[in-house]
Amino acid sequence: MRFLPHTNIERQDMLAAIGVGSIDDLFADIPAAKRLTAPLDLPRGKSEAAVARALSAMAGKNVAAASVPFFVGCGAYKHHVPATVDHLIQRSEFLTSYTPYQPEIAQGTLQMLFEFQTQVAMLTGMEVANASMYDGSTGTAEAVLMAHRITRRRKAVLSGGLHPHYAEVVRTLSRMARDEVVSLPPDVFAREALVDAIDADTSCIVVQTPDVFGNPRDLRAIARACHAKGALLIAVFTEAVSLGLLESPGAMDADIVVGEGQSIGNALNFGGPYLGLFATRQKYVRQMPGRLAGETVDAAGRRGFVLTLSTREQHIRREKATSNICTNSGLCALAFSIHLSLLGETGLRRLARINHANAVKLADMLARAPNVEVMNETFFNEFTIRVKGDAATVIERLADRDILGGVPVSRLLPNAGLDDLIIVANTEVNTDEDREAFVAALEGVA
Amino acid sequence: MLNNQGRPTAPAASAEAPQRTFTTNRALQLEEGLIFEHGRVDVTGVDMDEPETFALRLGGLERMAPIGLPGLSEPEAMRHYVRLSQKNYSIDSGLYPLGSCTMKHNPRINEAMARLPGFADVHPLQPVSTAQGALELMDELSRWLMEMTGAHAVALSPKAGAHGELCGMMAIRAAIEARGESATRNVVLVPDSAHGTNPATAALIGFAVRSVPANADGTVSAQAVRAALGPDVAAIMLTNPNTCGLFEREIVEIAEAIHEAGAYFYCDGANFNALMGKARPVDLGVDAMHINLHKTFSTPHGGGGPGAGPVVLSERLAPYAPLPFTTRDTTGRALVEHGHATAFGRMTAFHGQMGMFTRAMSFMLSHGSDGLRQASEDAVLNANYVRAGLADLFSQPFGDRPCMHEVLFDDKWLEGTGVTTLDFAKAMIDEGYHPMTMYFPLVVHGAMLIEPTESEPKVALDLFIATLRDLAFRVARGETGSFHAAPVHAPRRRLDETRAARQPVLRWTPPRPIEDTMAAE
Repeated sequence: MRFLPHTNIERQDMLAAIGVGSIDDLFADIPAAKRLTAPLDLPRGKSEAAVARALSAMAGKNVAAASVPFFVGCGAYKHHVPATVDHLIQRSEFLTSYTPYQPEIAQGTLQMLFEFQTQVAMLTGMEVANASMYDGSTGTAEAVLMAHRITRRRKAVLSGGLHPHYAEVVRTLSRMARDEVVSLPPDVFAREALVDAIDADTSCIVVQTPDVFGNPRDLRAIARACHAKGALLIAVFTEAVSLGLLESPGAMDADIVVGEGQSIGNALNFGGPYLGLFATRQKYVRQMPGRLAGETVDAAGRRGFVLTLSTREQHIRREKATSNICTNSGLCALAFSIHLSLLGETGLRRLARINHANAVKLADMLARAPNVEVMNETFFNEFTIRVKGDAATVIERLADRDILGGVPVSRLLPNAGLDDLIIVANTEVNTDEDREAFVAALEGVA
Repeated sequence: MLNNQGRPTAPAASAEAPQRTFTTNRALQLEEGLIFEHGRVDVTGVDMDEPETFALRLGGLERMAPIGLPGLSEPEAMRHYVRLSQKNYSIDSGLYPLGSCTMKHNPRINEAMARLPGFADVHPLQPVSTAQGALELMDELSRWLMEMTGAHAVALSPKAGAHGELCGMMAIRAAIEARGESATRNVVLVPDSAHGTNPATAALIGFAVRSVPANADGTVSAQAVRAALGPDVAAIMLTNPNTCGLFEREIVEIAEAIHEAGAYFYCDGANFNALMGKARPVDLGVDAMHINLHKTFSTPHGGGGPGAGPVVLSERLAPYAPLPFTTRDTTGRALVEHGHATAFGRMTAFHGQMGMFTRAMSFMLSHGSDGLRQASEDAVLNANYVRAGLADLFSQPFGDRPCMHEVLFDDKWLEGTGVTTLDFAKAMIDEGYHPMTMYFPLVVHGAMLIEPTESEPKVALDLFIATLRDLAFRVARGETGSFHAAPVHAPRRRLDETRAARQPVLRWTPPRPIEDTMAAE
């Protein structure tokens, strides 16, 4: 077996050095009746070429985004990632190192995390950010728990524009933790009265911007109302590129900002691994979940970085920790940080404008198409359309014509009576030809 | 896994200053500033055409204020990150014996497979008719995990080990609710030797934690578990092999006691690397166990993730597995994403860590049933070889007896020498090794937990053992100064963790303009 270095002679020598007669002597603590004697009912090992053949055959049964006109979003976005990013994250020293527990020999990871935290804080308009969560949805659930700790209240209000899967993750954790959740009904037009939902028991309001239907939300009035009643505003985003063009949640006075960072630096990967971004005010940092890299000096007085404030964490605090999170999304954070360093402010703003410009073009083309109604007046790179008939069927027919045309709302909200809606995303990778093909095909099937 | 309880967190006074250079570089050790110090906001390393002028449709929410994000040209970015990378130790460069972390070789075929466009460039919400191969891979991975563990179902979506623990404990809570006992069963038993994630997970969803003491031999006895059991107990969270590197010999009796009391058995699967093809946890009585694909199945740790923590479930808990999961119908494979009667809910937005599934599948296919068993045997062989090589110099808290895939020493042998476990670990850095896990498990004073994994050849283990023996002789000779100063050859000397925690600097901030500085003075 190519990954296992020992020869059988070496194994025998080692057993002799240990002072046992056979390998089974080392497994003697396993109750005899429970020891496996026959091989598992699984195939024997394969050569590298055979592994590649087997997995390539499976991969070949999937339609890759780059191979078709592609308009699917709703929490994961197809963007171009510079080749430099994937090269650098495959450097052995980044790829095959552990969490930086020994800072003297992990300064690469620690400095990268410090830079990442700063970039996330700048992007979200917040004072501090952590070293990442698993993804946007789990980060949102952790943000709700954090708000409960800060406010000592246990009721969260979820906007009807929050991604339905994010809402479900929050509801699952809250139900288990016996906290209260109020979910407002799906809000296609961003007309819900969030301010009215805040009462004296409300710990936090969770609002996504742009929301799942694509509407950018002005958070300022909601923040004011929250703060007047002692509640926190949690702002969520699923498209990090939008922050290159839209006002930051921090500038709109959000208290915790949490989002999905996949769209910068990371591939679609059928849903994971992704990257949870998590930022807040300095005064709440000790209630924050997750790892934090901090600056310090070494014994020779040189600047260096360490994991810090770990007295919040499970390995020290055990059942009193702010979260159980341990492993997070380090390498995805690195990909994000490299891509964002390459973009810089100039590139990020330009990328965001291109996304918006492309979406405006597509919205105008769709608005002229028969049988299609564009629901949004405002959007970033994603918006909702209404078609005649069942949206899921329309999407299937488009797929038959090799066009991946968006997400039918019924896929996210099966019983909401929104079966004729499709959420359509349009990024910098989409060309005029893609848009024309999409609109033409939609006229044929809708 | 690491704990810093009881360890010094600020360095001792500096030893002699290193020889200076103008740049502060030392040959291949290159100093590197922050991107905020050498990047510029008007530089970009990504060429794009500015779009034609158009009317924004943002509802007046355009971001006007400067963000401050620095940009790097492509050569600058390449150099910055390559220089940073060179300050990291990695499994590709040397032995990385972090106990409980299973730092094994990360085969590059796994990376190549995960990057096939048919896996990497597929969206979680595109029609399932266009992602049949992805669902096939999830089914195949599930089949392997179930066969290896004896489980009836797998929840694939948890994103890491601790997330898997949460998933398993939620399934247990759902099962207890279904029995109508949620008001009374609120306690989870956790041995003192458990990973910190175990009690943190239980507490996260409102369970009270009751600790179970370990025996003098480092294992948990069925008697101790029985003594802690009662009608208020929902579950036990037990690691097996445990964090002392020992197989829980009474696990079958423990499982029986747990089940007789109406509770469930959660097993922390962090140490599954000892058991592949040797024993199946569900056969032993386990109801739920997460599997760290980033440990046992070689998906790279990436400096702290991403991981993946699928949870295998016994027949008793299988009905409560969370959404989504795959099914088959007449047209092929499908995903159940909503509206299942007994599923306890949803762990994450999408279907789990597909990129890790692909890598783990590649690892499993490469090994096969024969190779996986051999890997576990070699992992246990290597740990015992290290144990045998050090047993005469290092102290073992539970006597000199065979261990599983990791070997635990304590600091009794260092007593009175003036050298601590931390000092010893830092001296290993100067010798070119990543230290072992230190100060964990908490039940052992000054713990040193060594897990070599199956990836290490005998010759590498021989040098490792010889190095640790040489360090032990240096301790015995009273050469404590070099331990207190260590490391001296790493990119940094010991770092001041106390200062970092007392005066947290968690982000770069722009230097104050010169006029502010003058005004302040």
